[in-house]
Amino acid sequence: MTLLSVTGVSRRFGDVTALDDVSLDIVQGEFFALLGPSGCGKTTLLRVLAGFERPDTGTVTLDGADLLALPAHRRPVNLMFQSYALFPHMTVEKNIAYGLHREGLPKDEIRARVAGVLATIGLPGAAKRRPNQLSGGQRQRVALARAIVKRPRLLLLDEPLSALDKKVRAEMQLELKRLQHEVGITFVVVTHDQEEAMSLADRIAVFSEGRVEQVDAPVSLYRRPRTRFVADFVGANNLFDGVLRDGGVEVPGVGSGPLPCEPPGDLPAGSPVVLSVRPENVRFDDEGPLAGTVMDTSFFGGVSRVAVEVGGLTRPVELTVPGTAPADPGKPVRLSWNPDRAILIGPA
Amino acid sequence: MRRARWAYGPFWLTYLFLYTPIVVLVAMSFNAADTPYSWGGFSTSWYGELSGDEAIREGLVNTLVVAAGSTALATVLGTLLAVGLARYPRLRVLAVLATLPAILPDLILAIGLLAFYSAVRATLGLHSVLLAHTVFGMAFVATVVRTRLSHSDTSLEEASRDLGAGPVTTFVRITLPTLAPGIVAGALLAFTLSIDEFVIAFFTAGPKDPTLPIVIYSMVRFGVTPEINALATVLLAVSFTVVILAQRLTRLTDSLR
Amino acid sequence: MTAVPKDARTRAAGRARRPRAEPLVLLGPGLLYLLAFLLVPLALVLSYTIFKRGRFGGIVHEATGDNFTRAADPLYLDVLLTSVKLATMTTLLALAIGYPTAYVIARLPARWKTPALVAVVLPFWTNFLIRTYAWIVLLNSEGLVNSALTDLGVIDRPLGLLYTDGAIVTGLLYAYLPLMILPLYSAIERLDPQLAEASANLGAGPARTFLSVTLPLTLPGVLTGCVFVFVPSLGNFVIPELLGGGRTIMVGNLVRDQFLKARDWPFGSVLALSIVAVLIALLTVQAWAARRFSGEGDHA
Repeated sequence: MTLLSVTGVSRRFGDVTALDDVSLDIVQGEFFALLGPSGCGKTTLLRVLAGFERPDTGTVTLDGADLLALPAHRRPVNLMFQSYALFPHMTVEKNIAYGLHREGLPKDEIRARVAGVLATIGLPGAAKRRPNQLSGGQRQRVALARAIVKRPRLLLLDEPLSALDKKVRAEMQLELKRLQHEVGITFVVVTHDQEEAMSLADRIAVFSEGRVEQVDAPVSLYRRPRTRFVADFVGANNLFDGVLRDGGVEVPGVGSGPLPCEPPGDLPAGSPVVLSVRPENVRFDDEGPLAGTVMDTSFFGGVSRVAVEVGGLTRPVELTVPGTAPADPGKPVRLSWNPDRAILIGPA
Repeated sequence: MRRARWAYGPFWLTYLFLYTPIVVLVAMSFNAADTPYSWGGFSTSWYGELSGDEAIREGLVNTLVVAAGSTALATVLGTLLAVGLARYPRLRVLAVLATLPAILPDLILAIGLLAFYSAVRATLGLHSVLLAHTVFGMAFVATVVRTRLSHSDTSLEEASRDLGAGPVTTFVRITLPTLAPGIVAGALLAFTLSIDEFVIAFFTAGPKDPTLPIVIYSMVRFGVTPEINALATVLLAVSFTVVILAQRLTRLTDSLR
Repeated sequence: MTAVPKDARTRAAGRARRPRAEPLVLLGPGLLYLLAFLLVPLALVLSYTIFKRGRFGGIVHEATGDNFTRAADPLYLDVLLTSVKLATMTTLLALAIGYPTAYVIARLPARWKTPALVAVVLPFWTNFLIRTYAWIVLLNSEGLVNSALTDLGVIDRPLGLLYTDGAIVTGLLYAYLPLMILPLYSAIERLDPQLAEASANLGAGPARTFLSVTLPLTLPGVLTGCVFVFVPSLGNFVIPELLGGGRTIMVGNLVRDQFLKARDWPFGSVLALSIVAVLIALLTVQAWAARRFSGEGDHA
């Protein structure tokens, strides 16, 4: 069941195109992530949804009704700001109750709901404190409480964990997931951190330069990137630019022959393609088509990463192998992979 | 974010309110007619009249003497005070005392100084105005220099001492040059304020040595004369130039920082 | 260079070379000056309030409470009330026009902010008397305002604009409006625009957002601006004289007259003290509000 539908939304600021014909659908109850490097337009989309920004063209509907027709303060959409934007002159309690007062709810109900949400976020004792008396993690929780207490149709979170240190961040990731299950609200989170997006979201939209590159579940995004940008941005990867031939991908000046790849499907031979092979799928193989020299090895709890310099490529080929690296730097090696694990990305 | 449209009306009204009188004065200073209420053609005759006015010339000289003297005194005292207050931050009462003349209504300072001069049986003249203007000039210099000091790097002075320079050498060769932009800005401020100051001068000047604002006051009180329009235009041009130069100067020193 | 650790050397050198005379040399001259030309004069004025006036001016050192009783006379109380009324009107008008102006300037693109601020302050750097004189010219029965209104057909006879309370308030407003805009600007500029967005996001319309978020958080600036406008307006004697034509006397005129014409310094000192009392009261309120609504360090 589609909750939010974004269709053909564009927004320019002077010469900069922040959003370029963006379309996506978000389903009721979903945890959705907008992922991309800074300046890719994801925050602009968030601000369009919240009502702080008007798109130049395109439509946005929520539950089938035109969302853009409503001013920011009438939208059933709440936003947790990256800076939290807690009101410094109000106590935690008053911050959380602020939105409920705007709905004109009876005082008893407001009190009950504020107490309830403070318990949910695990800060029942903080009601009378001011924001500047709270730690970063506590502020984050209060900002979240202030947004979810309104029981919005859609909760937007702008880089919700970026201001926290690493340990608190891991805790809050679990907490966010738990909360989302508990309150059953649709979450849209904006982040530049792919690990965060991967671990939190049911589906991810990858943004680049104002365009949506791909919308998919985390596993599919990792296994089957559809564009060169996604293949490069999400997870470590080896990319080869070449031309599709019978029997593989021909990369000029690289390898002893065409590099093995998955069945090309309906891509015609002769198409320019990008071949994407994850490091964990590359293996040492004395018969392999790629010849190179080990540059560097490093051991990470259980697996080793090996960088191999291959003639004709600007970036070394990376592979991960279980246990310690079987080869020392300087040693000549040959590499190959299972053709099914070498993904073809056709021309855009 | 959507622009706050409600605010634009008052915004433009403010500038209209602030600049209409100025534009009218400047326009009328080139008016050949001898009332400011009708246009008699373009003329610069009022400027000629102005340059021949003995009282104004005398007032201007008095004002410049007072402004230069009080600025010199205020700059030395204010700079020393600012450096001292920065080095001994526990003396917070003194810091408040040093800014008091800038906050106090001018009328209060004026009657206090009049009472003081009378109590010590001092004669009133240019010197009494000069000493009076030094009080608030010093407060402004000290404030500006302290702002500058709070941005500056104390390790420079420590380095100088570490390299064997004595306190006086360090003060003259390190502290003063780093503070120079602040001192210049403070001195400019003190000078401008002194030139414009009327109330304190009115109470502490001797009858034979009126400063320019006092001369203007008696002209204005006497009635409307087109000569004032010419004088206003000249003064406007001078202070606009000074303010814009100071603006450029601070931007220049900011970029050097 | 010796082998002495640099830290220890610096500290030892600092201690050895910071002479005991340093505070005296640095602070001594300025403080002495302030003592002679600020504290002693203020103490004199304060002490005059309880002495009798001399026959030909001056002070007779004989304690009395008459000066205070005299200030409570309806004649003078009326002047005080009129002064407070005119200064209040000026302050409220300055706030009403200054707040939106400061708001717009604070939200201008960065490169327009400084020019807009300089343009607000620039008239302030021209001679105060000339600025006041300009309004004589404008408000005169043959002046620009009247002729503009006549030409537009709004009125058929010139209005008596000059020498009214309205003229005084206009003059005071013109003299002190920049002092309202500057503190307001710095308060609004410091305000995180996201707080207003958060308020809208939580369902507050523009008016509610202004009352619940923007105004409370800029209140210290509002009060600073009000003090900056109210206090000099109250103590001003030039504008009431030139634009009020002597018809309305403000407390500043009374003080001036007591000191320079009537030569009743004790009574003049009491009146001056009333201005200082108002100043202190306002500064206290302002300091309280700054503490109450600061919430500093939260939304960096």
